[in-house]
Amino acid sequence: MRALAIDVHKLNKHFGAKHVVRDLSLHVLGGEIFGFLGPNGSGKTTSIRMLCGLLTPDSGSGTCLGHDVVRETAAIKREVGYMTQRFSLWEDLTIGENLDFIGRMYGVRSRTAAVARALDRFGLAERSDQLAGTLSGGWKQRLALAACMLHEPRLLLLDEPTAGVDPKARRDFWQEIHALAATGVTVLVSTHYMDEAERCHRLAYLASGRLLAMGTAQEIVARRGLGAWAVSGPELSAITRTLEALAGVDHVTAFGNVLHVTGRDARSLGEAMGIAAASHPAHRFEPVAPGLEDVFISLMDEVRDEAR
Amino acid sequence: MSRIAASWSRFTGIVVKELIQLRRDRLTFGMMIGIPVLQLLLFGFAINSDPKHLPTAILVADQGVFSRTLVAGLQNSGYFDVVRSLRHEDEARQALRAGQIQFLVQIPYDFSRRLVRGERPALLVEADATDPAATSNALAALSGVIDTALAHDLKGPLAALAPGASPVELRVHRRYNPEGLTQYNIVPGLLGVILTMTMVLMTGLAMTRERERGTFENLLATPARPLEVMTGKIVPYILIGLIQVVLVLIAARWLFAVPLEGSIVLLFLVVLLFIATNLALGITISSLARNQLQAMQMTFFFFLPSILLSGFMFPFRGMPEWAQALGSILPLTHFLVLVRGILLKGSTTTELWPALWPIGAFLAAVIAIGLLFYRRTLD
Ligand SMILES: Nc1ncnc2c1ncn2[C@@H]1O[C@H](COP(=O)(O)OP(=O)(O)O)[C@@H](O)[C@H]1O
Ligand SMILES: [Mg+2]
Repeated sequence: MRALAIDVHKLNKHFGAKHVVRDLSLHVLGGEIFGFLGPNGSGKTTSIRMLCGLLTPDSGSGTCLGHDVVRETAAIKREVGYMTQRFSLWEDLTIGENLDFIGRMYGVRSRTAAVARALDRFGLAERSDQLAGTLSGGWKQRLALAACMLHEPRLLLLDEPTAGVDPKARRDFWQEIHALAATGVTVLVSTHYMDEAERCHRLAYLASGRLLAMGTAQEIVARRGLGAWAVSGPELSAITRTLEALAGVDHVTAFGNVLHVTGRDARSLGEAMGIAAASHPAHRFEPVAPGLEDVFISLMDEVRDEAR
Repeated sequence: MSRIAASWSRFTGIVVKELIQLRRDRLTFGMMIGIPVLQLLLFGFAINSDPKHLPTAILVADQGVFSRTLVAGLQNSGYFDVVRSLRHEDEARQALRAGQIQFLVQIPYDFSRRLVRGERPALLVEADATDPAATSNALAALSGVIDTALAHDLKGPLAALAPGASPVELRVHRRYNPEGLTQYNIVPGLLGVILTMTMVLMTGLAMTRERERGTFENLLATPARPLEVMTGKIVPYILIGLIQVVLVLIAARWLFAVPLEGSIVLLFLVVLLFIATNLALGITISSLARNQLQAMQMTFFFFLPSILLSGFMFPFRGMPEWAQALGSILPLTHFLVLVRGILLKGSTTTELWPALWPIGAFLAAVIAIGLLFYRRTLD
């Protein structure tokens, strides 16, 4: 069995009266790409900061690469690569100077060669003398990734690394992540994008600081047992209201020329669709497989209902 | 890599980074050079006051009644506080040199006898005039004091001696700054003021800037330790401080013809200690402050008493006791004594020790507080 790269139990964090992370327990296997999902403010960044020793949990325990997350933060910092959500390298240093500085901080062996290799690998060599502050989002992201990988960490914590990055750069980025994981590096990555979530080996979904689901994408979808239907035909906007009012229907979402209808209970949704199909002969109703996004939206609804 | 080598690598990394950032920050760099020049020109005038209770050694060789009257008179004037422990001329002169006393008064052995004979005996007064404002009023009061005090005793058959010209010949030697030039005092003082202001401010902003720009999170995520970050951020500014010192000293020499009596090596060692102290204070302020504005406010909160209570603005001995007590905590107070001592009196290390160790103590305390409050996490 592979060793656990992250193994934490019931971590909690408050900011003042605000309970930001509640009883977070995570197990991430070595060499795994682990996706961290959840709406803004759900506590992803806070959780990641607790994992790499930047925040002290109020309660809970656990290890990161075998080091205690509360007591052995110095060892964790040496072995983990952390990419912050906001670009946090020095904008008044050039790309090369930033990497050289990071290299010195981690005591990277034969630093100059390591920096040159990183510049090549991420296509930064030509821009090496450009100030980091003058780079566009995609280039900043590459620089940040190069910096957090310079000391060849065994675990990468990437906080929304592809936010605001164009699709081509995102695809390159994920290729890089998969190549890394193949060499045994563990990657924990937070994201908002569903296509990215589906590229992870396993996922965790967080809302209001609580872990609501964990597993592979298929497991999470299957466990939720949602029903989903596709409705197509004329005047879709008119029928949307009618569908939403039916018992058993939770969400009606338009995707181009198709309405995507989901319900928490697959059976009662099926009945509702049967009734609707009878009264709308011009439309096509067919059951489809629910997606990850459907599951996450439904999970969020539940949290909101509980809070009410 | 060994722990020490790794630590050294991180320390040099921070030094190099700060130097590069400093080089790119034209405004700050210009300010560091511009401020000393500007202040030097602005403060080219004197600031006066009327200090009292100046420590004075009186060497009485005369056994007569008049010398006792005279000593009492000096004391009653309020300007002079007699330091009784000093009984020998060598001791007293040493104390004058070290700045422990402001005046040395000598009453010759035949004073009373010659006074009675109407021979106008001499009264020798040596004054530490490095700070002319501190001595001039006391000196002016001196002759009046003598006349009043003696008039009381010169009664009866001796009354004939009292009126008219003063019965005593007052010989005053202004030591170390014979012409009583205020620039001699102000220019070395400015050196300390400029260093206090720029050094504390620059490093005060150093850490808060990282925090405001979000780069602190990255720095924290690396294995860099507080002491490495603190010292690494201090070193580049020591260079800046030395440039300022050279600028002020050149101006002091060529614009105001301030002498350099003592050792220039000693001067630079003292300056280095003082710079390091102010930089450490700045770094400590920036670990306490939440943002750049707070750091700026704290800097001025420190800077104002430094200017007012150190003896730069007003003669130190002219201040009330509580103010002197406060002032003697501040590094600038001692730095002024040191720089004036080295430039104007040619003082040596042993003589300056009483003003040297308080700065070192301040430095140690500030670093300890800084390390204590350095934020190791983002909590
Ligand atoms: N340093 C902090 N002080 C106070 N509140 C914070 C701090 N950091 C985060 N929060 C709050 O904690 C919640 C979770 O934030 P965060 O972990 O950044 O969520 P996410 O990364 O999922 O968007 C938010 O409501 C945020 O406002
Ligand atoms: Mg976040």
